Amino acid sequence: MEIFQIIVNGLALGALYACLAVGFSLVWGVLNVINMLHGTFVVFGGYLAYFCWSYLGLNPFLVIIPIGIILYLIGYFLQYYLNNRVIGAPVLTTLTLTFGLDMIVYNIMTVYFSATPRRIRLDLGSFEFAGVFMPADRLLGMVLAVILTAMLYYVMRFSNIGRAIVAVRMDRTAAELMGIRIKNIYSITFGIGALMAGLAGVIMVLIFPTTTSVAGAYLGKAFIVCVVGGLGSVPGAFIGGLALGLVESLAAQFIGPQNAPILGFLLLLFLLLVKPTGLIGVKGYE
Amino acid sequence: MLKTANIIFILWVTVLITTPLYAENYIVRAAIMVAMFSSLALSWNIIGGYAGYPSLATAAFVGLGSYVGAVSQVNGVTMLFSWVLATISVGVVSSLLGVLLLRLRGHYFAIGSIVLVELFRLIASSWSSVTGGGNGLNIPILRWDPSTVASFFLSVMILLMILTYMMNIFVSNNRLGFGLKCIKQNEDAANMVGINTTLYKVIAFMLSATLCGTVGAVYASWSGYIDPTESFQIVLTLKVAVMAMLGGAGTILGPVIGASTFVVLEEIVWVNFLDWNRAILGILIVMIIFFLPNGIIKLGILRIFKEKLNQKFKDNIK
Repeated sequence: MEIFQIIVNGLALGALYACLAVGFSLVWGVLNVINMLHGTFVVFGGYLAYFCWSYLGLNPFLVIIPIGIILYLIGYFLQYYLNNRVIGAPVLTTLTLTFGLDMIVYNIMTVYFSATPRRIRLDLGSFEFAGVFMPADRLLGMVLAVILTAMLYYVMRFSNIGRAIVAVRMDRTAAELMGIRIKNIYSITFGIGALMAGLAGVIMVLIFPTTTSVAGAYLGKAFIVCVVGGLGSVPGAFIGGLALGLVESLAAQFIGPQNAPILGFLLLLFLLLVKPTGLIGVKGYE
Repeated sequence: MLKTANIIFILWVTVLITTPLYAENYIVRAAIMVAMFSSLALSWNIIGGYAGYPSLATAAFVGLGSYVGAVSQVNGVTMLFSWVLATISVGVVSSLLGVLLLRLRGHYFAIGSIVLVELFRLIASSWSSVTGGGNGLNIPILRWDPSTVASFFLSVMILLMILTYMMNIFVSNNRLGFGLKCIKQNEDAANMVGINTTLYKVIAFMLSATLCGTVGAVYASWSGYIDPTESFQIVLTLKVAVMAMLGGAGTILGPVIGASTFVVLEEIVWVNFLDWNRAILGILIVMIIFFLPNGIIKLGILRIFKEKLNQKFKDNIK
């Protein structure tokens, strides 16, 4: 019976990872930018939800929309005014730029919010089904993560903006020639990436204690999910997330929780060498 | 033949090495940092500057070097020999990793190399029987007079800086450097005309890693204490790349100029803005990307200055 518990835990964790990484994957795939800000956006979203909950008494599920809008606007304007100036530059330039921005945002957060670990405790109890135990907040987080990822998939697939993003991802020049305002699409994509990161942060703060120093760890998870799932596709990120969740959950059981992240990174390196296109999905521009 | 770059370098080394004679401890410490980061930036220059591969593994090799040095010293190896050991083991590890990682290009290579930093950090913190885990390791410190210790480590770091500088000269004047520059411009074409790109890249990666290991081991002996989070910092990795870019990647003197400028700016920021140092360094990095993409050494002002000098020279001849 225990193995079911491990698998269920892994899938729950995997859904969170998918939601966390899907924005990063989108930005990498469409803009060809490795967004070092992603982990900090996650923590930022989580902090916003925490402060709304602890000072204003707002339910975190209610503030999802305003937090999403705030993160989207931050991402949109960062891309519009700063990152767009170096788009198409070598990876070192874009990566360093986003890292510089990350240092600024990170510093602002540590000064104003301090680095204390914070977590929203809703005390919803827990479920037990066929010997599998599941805290309600974790289940709710997982459901929310799946809904958000599915919504992004829907937007990418059926809305005009989504079609334009996919078009830019496929062929920049052709998309531009078809009349797509490419800088605008880049900014929207980066905004969506930030939005997904922030909302993943809201879910994370419901389940794990969040502090500024875990931003790097979240970023690492996004790297792994992207390499496992392939770039810029929502289903790819979803499968990558579930795979990472399962691997970490199994590894925590058999080789100890402190060694589980090591296995994640080894998986990344192994897949990079064997199949850099990801399990499903497409390779980025090179 | 003495080129301008070499003369500037020799002058700068003289300034750095004489700091203990006229300056206070704080300045000597800054001089050690300048020498250390110059060696790291010069090392990075070989893979990042000449070959144009965005390697972000510097911190992994610095950390690995400091751990090998520290662990061997804790187990009774003498300091000098522990540095040699660190250099050799980082050289071996980096060439093995190079063979694997250098099949990747662009973004994938960047991710693969940056992940090494995190991977090594996690291993160092979970392998606690050897590395002391998250508690870190205390290294026996030198029982000399503090100012002698500072001068000693200053000389060692400057020696490393000179070594890496000479390595850069050697590489850029050699077939290897030429091959790497070809790889930077077009790897497939370089491969086509008969450059053994894989071999060249692996050699470049190994050269750029090995002395980082030495620097790490020397730094560990100097600071007397290491732990996983301090030894394996992604910030360090990016800082070194930014330094090389600030000065001018792919040139011999550029990384030295960049590292010196950055360390001085960083010290000023640290002293004046304790809470905001990270943000200000971030702003600095953003400005470097926007306004100095080719580095100080290729600044227009310098070129104008040089042209004016030439003009004057010609006028004088007339």
